[in-house]
This record gives sequence, structure tokens and C-alpha cells, in this order.
Amino acid sequence: MTAMTEAPRGSFRLGMLVNDTRYRSYTFQLIALVAVAGLFAWLISNAVANLADLGQDISYEFLGQPAGYDINQQPIPFDSQDTHLRAAVVGVMNTLIVAVLGCVTATVIGVLAGVLRLSNNWIVSKLMAVYVEAFRNVPVLIWILIIFSVMANALPQPSAFRGDDPASSMLLGSFAFTNRGVYAPYPVMTPLGWVVVAIFLASIAGVFWWRARARKALYDSGRVVPVLWPSLAILFLPTLIAFFALGRPIALDYPELRGFNFQGGLNVRGSLIALWIALAIYTGAFIAENVRAGIQAVSRGQTEAAASLGLRPGRIMNLVILPQALRIIIPPLISQYLNLTKNSSLAIAVGYMDVTGTLGGITLNQTGRAIECVLLLMLFYLIISLTISAVMNVYNNAVRLKER
Amino acid sequence: MSDTHAQSVGFVRRSEIPPAPPPAMETGAVRWMRDNLFKGWANTLLTVLALVAIYFILRAILPWLLNGIWDATSIRDCRDILEGATGGCFAVISERWNQLLFGRYPQDQYWRPVLAFALVFVAAAPVLFPSVPRRMLWFTGVFPFLAYWLIWGGSILAPLAVLAALVGGYFAYRAVVDRSFVLGLVAGAVAAVLIAVLLGAAVRDLGSPLSLAPVASREIGGFMLNFILGVTCVSLSLPLGIVLALGRQSSLPIIKYICVAFIEFIRGVPLITLLFVANVVLAYFLPPQANFDLIIRVIIMITLFAAAYIAEVIRGGLAALPTGQYEAADSLGLDYWQATRLIIMPQALKISIPGIVNVAIGLFKDTTLVSVISMFDLVGMIRGPILASQDWNGVYWELFGFAALLFFVVCYAISQYSQHLERRLATDHR
Repeated sequence: MTAMTEAPRGSFRLGMLVNDTRYRSYTFQLIALVAVAGLFAWLISNAVANLADLGQDISYEFLGQPAGYDINQQPIPFDSQDTHLRAAVVGVMNTLIVAVLGCVTATVIGVLAGVLRLSNNWIVSKLMAVYVEAFRNVPVLIWILIIFSVMANALPQPSAFRGDDPASSMLLGSFAFTNRGVYAPYPVMTPLGWVVVAIFLASIAGVFWWRARARKALYDSGRVVPVLWPSLAILFLPTLIAFFALGRPIALDYPELRGFNFQGGLNVRGSLIALWIALAIYTGAFIAENVRAGIQAVSRGQTEAAASLGLRPGRIMNLVILPQALRIIIPPLISQYLNLTKNSSLAIAVGYMDVTGTLGGITLNQTGRAIECVLLLMLFYLIISLTISAVMNVYNNAVRLKER
Repeated sequence: MSDTHAQSVGFVRRSEIPPAPPPAMETGAVRWMRDNLFKGWANTLLTVLALVAIYFILRAILPWLLNGIWDATSIRDCRDILEGATGGCFAVISERWNQLLFGRYPQDQYWRPVLAFALVFVAAAPVLFPSVPRRMLWFTGVFPFLAYWLIWGGSILAPLAVLAALVGGYFAYRAVVDRSFVLGLVAGAVAAVLIAVLLGAAVRDLGSPLSLAPVASREIGGFMLNFILGVTCVSLSLPLGIVLALGRQSSLPIIKYICVAFIEFIRGVPLITLLFVANVVLAYFLPPQANFDLIIRVIIMITLFAAAYIAEVIRGGLAALPTGQYEAADSLGLDYWQATRLIIMPQALKISIPGIVNVAIGLFKDTTLVSVISMFDLVGMIRGPILASQDWNGVYWELFGFAALLFFVVCYAISQYSQHLERRLATDHR
């Protein structure tokens, strides 16, 4: 059969740009490119004209100038004579602090609520359903503001802790919950203290080593090596011995009421706590749904097959269900972390000085450099998001079902 | 034959004995409770803990709710009436009801947003429920212009002119679309612009018959603003999201990368930064004489934001379609646009419904963020004029609880509707 027809080889005509599939794609892409370039050119020319009218320019010199405002929650020392750049860095650190705290707490709450929602216990599963629906359907901003208002209005003033018979007393003698925030003991480190910390870190590595050894012994010889008690001993004994042998090198600085306020210790502002709790509970509701969906997605046949092999329920969960459920749970979990980090920009509503509050808030208002500040702010969040999505892609490739 | 007499058979049961009832422990409420509440010690412990938790929650909430004061003029009034007892001061909701719902909208014009709100349901009915006659769809098309005229006021001619331009564009598209979809789009756009320019000139000479008292954008606030932003941005972002998703799945590299860059950029930054752009940056990038309202700038940015998320949801739907569907469309000889419109999109959209609804709910909740850039939506109204006033400083639980309840009702209703829709559209066999 020689029915194959040759593609018509004619001279090039202009109409082929639209009608011939070989050229049409180039035409469309060119049109799209020109349109986008034109849009950008138009926007930028507008910006240039507007800035010229206002006598402004684009410059980042303001970052080197003194900020002139104070930041109430400082992970690194900062005073009003420091630069806008340092203020932005403090803001970034504050954002990361609340994001990490929130992610950890949200995971704990979410996993707990997700598992409990699948519980056989009717009342507990209904209670968790109410929690999930109540928090998923109400804006997180409202929750942040509610918790912040409660912290600011319902907790006692520092002066309530004064006197022989105070209206409020400190929890365990070391934690004070006031409307100016929570005061907690803070560890003061000496050089020997770092030795204790190093020993503790080494103990954590030791626990992993012991577990690996126990697993190897099990696989090689079928001998069951105990894991739980030796792990606990490795984790705590060397650290405790070192702590007392070195003469208690880590002291705790307790908050004390002096003058009108508490001095010493660690002061966590009410705004940070409100943001932290609200973000954790809100995101926890979403994570609970992801966890539930992940566990339910593992088919019943897997449980039954594992049971028919004679595994006990705890081992079925650990060896069969969880590894498969985690594959489904972790990608949405990471995007919830991303959402939490982005939602932490709502800090500006309660006056917590995260990067939106410093760079996008006070710095922007004081210097009037709107374009530069917003650009830097977006850049920061973009870097975080792209990093997290890159990590997620690596993970997804690693756990992908190896098929075919 | 037989020695036995009838008398020797003492008793013959003629009917079957009815089965004995199961033991009381194994039936009804008792059995249910044993299975669901007290199965083993761990389960019992959980039940007890849950009951204790519920008791404490109710003990905190019930007196506050039942003792609530609904009629007072200030928080001091409330405290006087309560005389130290626990109770909510719900009077703030009844006293500031109008502010909470309408912001600073002129009092004598409230019928306009109320009417527009009622008409939303008439307009949405044919889209949401298939039992409503299809002919109602024309009202859905007219509704946006009617709502704009009702809420912002002014002459009806301007929205009418835009409507006429769109209708003209639609007929031009219909006339040409059989030849080529792209050609149809171009023809529609050209016709719409032409009619808009021509009518625009004509409208200016006609004066303003049928005009309502104009209302400035900054007077629009309260829950009304959240609702306007939510409805507008969701409906605008859906078509934009479809286009972006198609672009991202396209085989043309330049178009694909433009869409990828846009989607990833928008999804990588928080909505607040985009609202900052709308508030302070966007004005730099527009021509000096263009004087957009803040509300329009915010609608633009929220729409772009939602479109990127909807695009990702629809991309998931497109990817979930079996390749056979694309190949079947090709083998029927359909071109790209025909295949997309008739075969791919209807199925991909159906798969994406839960995701789209999630985005819509999230977007509606996110409309509260506009309070950060000093717009007076429901949350902005509460934080600003109401909590800052002398009379109501300190009634935060009642106010924020009310706001939370409003949002909960709307969002929960939407999610229930989406589940209903999923069940209705589930045509596969399970």
C-alpha cells in the first residue's frame, strides 16, 4: 500500500500562519508573548511616569537608615537606632518563630483530632466533627482577634500579682499569665551548660543507634532486643549525670514582679500567643481532615491481610496502615504548613511585629517606599513557598509508588 | 396401623413459638451505648473525658447565652442590669445591627442592598439547581448589572450600555463561532468594544433617567461588603482560573510558562501582600488619570488571587481525566477548542467541584482581610467604630461570636451544597 500521502509541499503563504497546525502554535505564542510584554511595558511606563510626577525614584537606601521605632518582641537585640534592614530581619525571625511554633502545635492537634474523629466512640468522634466544622468555616482572622481580646481583657494585670494576698498567683511559682503576655522561666547558659546540651544531643543520636541495632538483631538472628527502656535510659541518664556532675551549669531565670511589671525570665507577648494558638487550632482542623482522609484511603483489605498474617493491632497500624497513609497525608500536610506561614502575616492585625508588621507596616508608612517594601515582602514569602514546594517535590518523588 | 391414640399425645403445638426477645443488654439503646460509648476501659475513659469537656464548655456558655441582655444602650447599662451575674451583652448586636450589616450605607436606602441580596438567590437558582427552568438564566446574566445599579446607584444607563455591549459581543461570537472558536472570540470582543464606545457617547447626551441616589464606595461596609467581594470575586475568578489551567496544561511552551509563573507567584505570597498592592502600589502602575476606587482595586487583586488557586484545582481535574478521553476527542476529528469545550472541560469541572468549593469558601473567609487595609467590612466595623466607641468598648465575645456565626452559616451551607452536588453528579458506578 502506498496510500501514505506526502504532506503538501507548497510555497509558504501568509494564511498558513493561522490555518496550518505546523505554524499556528508559533503564531499564538508570539501573540501571547507580545501581549504580555506589552502589558508589562505599559505598567512600567505608567510607574515611571507616576514616579517622575511625584519626584520619587526606586531605591533601597532606606534600608540602611535608622528605623526609629521599637519592636516589642525581639529575638535579637534591636533598638530604635538600628536600621530598617535589621528591623526587617527581626520581623523575618518573628515570622519564622510563630510559623514553627504554629506548625508543630497544629500537627499535634490535627493528628489527635483526625485520629479521634475516626474513633469508635460516638461522642468523641462527634465532638471532633464539631471542632473541625466550627474552625474550618470561620475566618482565621476572627479567631485571632477573639483570642487576642481574651488575652488582653480577661487575664489579670501584673499588679494583681502584688501583695501578701494577691488576686492572682503564678502557676507553679514560675509562670505568670498577665494581660501583657506570659512570663516564664528562661534558661541561663554557662559554657559548661553547653556541654550538657551537647551530651543531650549525643544521647538523641544514641537512641537512634540503639534502635538501629535492635532492628538489625531482629532481622539477623530473630532475637528481640528491648527498645523502650534502654532508649529512655540513653536519653536521660547521661544528661542528668552530667548536669549534676558539672555542678548544675544551667540555671533558670525566674520572672519577678518589680515595679509595675515583671522583670527577668522570658516574656511572650499576648499577640504572639494569640496568633500562635489561633493559627494552630485553625490549621489543626484542616490537618485533622487530611489525616482522616489519609487513614480512610488505605483500603480495608490491607488491614484484613495484615491481620490474616497474624500481626497484632498495634503492629498493623505501625507497619501496614501508617506507612501507606503517610504517603497520602504528607503532601497536603506540607501545604497546610505553607498556608499557616502565609496566614501568619495576619500578625499585623494584633500588632505582633512579624515581617509584614515591620517591613510592610511601619517601615512602609515611615519611608513611603511602597513599591520597594511590598516587593521585598513578596520576595521573602516567595522564597519560603518555593523552598517548601521544592522539598515537597523531592519527597513526593521519593515516596511515589514504584510501579512498572 | 398405629397404637397411639389421639389422647396419648398430650400436647401438639400448632404454631411456631415467637422468638424470645434478645437479652436487654444486647438490644436498643443499651447495646448501642455498650458498642459506641463503653467498649473497653479506654473507650469508657474517652467517653468520660468527652462528657467532662462538654460539661465545662456548656457551663461556660449556657449562662452567658441564656442570661444575655438584648436591650441596653451601652456596656455599663448591661453591667447594671446583670448586677455581677454572668451574661452576654447582646444588646450591642441589636443596637448596631445596621452598622454590622450595611456599614455606613445611607439608612433610607437600605432597601437597595436588601433587594439585591434577595435577587442573588433568584439569579443563582438556575445555576445551582437543575429543577429551576433554564429560561431563568437570562436573569442571571442581567443580575450583575442590576446589582451594581442597585448598590452603587447613579444612572441605569451606564450598566445598561455595558450589558448591551456584552450582548452584542455574544451575538457576534455566536455568528462566527461555527467557523472557528478563536475567530468567534475575537469577533465578540471587537463587537463589544465597538458597541460600548458608541453607546458610551450616546449615554452622555441622554442625561440620567431612572437614577438612584449614588452611594460612594467607602460607605459600603459591614457584612454586605464581605458578601459583595465574595460573590464578585468567585464569579470572576472561575473563568480566569479555567483559562489559566488550560494555559498551564498547554503544549505551547511560552504560554505554559507565562501561566506557570503567574500561578506560582500568586500562590507563593499571602493575600495580605496583594491587598497592600491594591492599597498602596497599584496606583503607581495605572495611568495617572485612571482613578479606580479602592474596592475595585481590591476586587481585581482578590480575583487574581482566587483565579490562581482555582486554576490549580482545575489542573488537577484535567490531569485526573483518563488519556482515553483526549484521544477519543481527537479520533472524532474535533479540534482543540471543540474537544475542550465539549468533552474535556465538562468532565474536568465535575471532578474539580469539591476543590472549587473549597477555594470559594476560603475566599469568602479571606474577604475579612480587607479590614487590615482599613476597609470597613464586618470585622473592620467591629474593630473600628464599634469596639472603639465609648458605649461598647469590651463586648468582644458577643461581637466576634456574631461575626463567626454569620460566616459559619454561609460557609457551612456552601459546603453542604457542594456535597449534594457531588452526589448528584456522581455518574460513575460505585
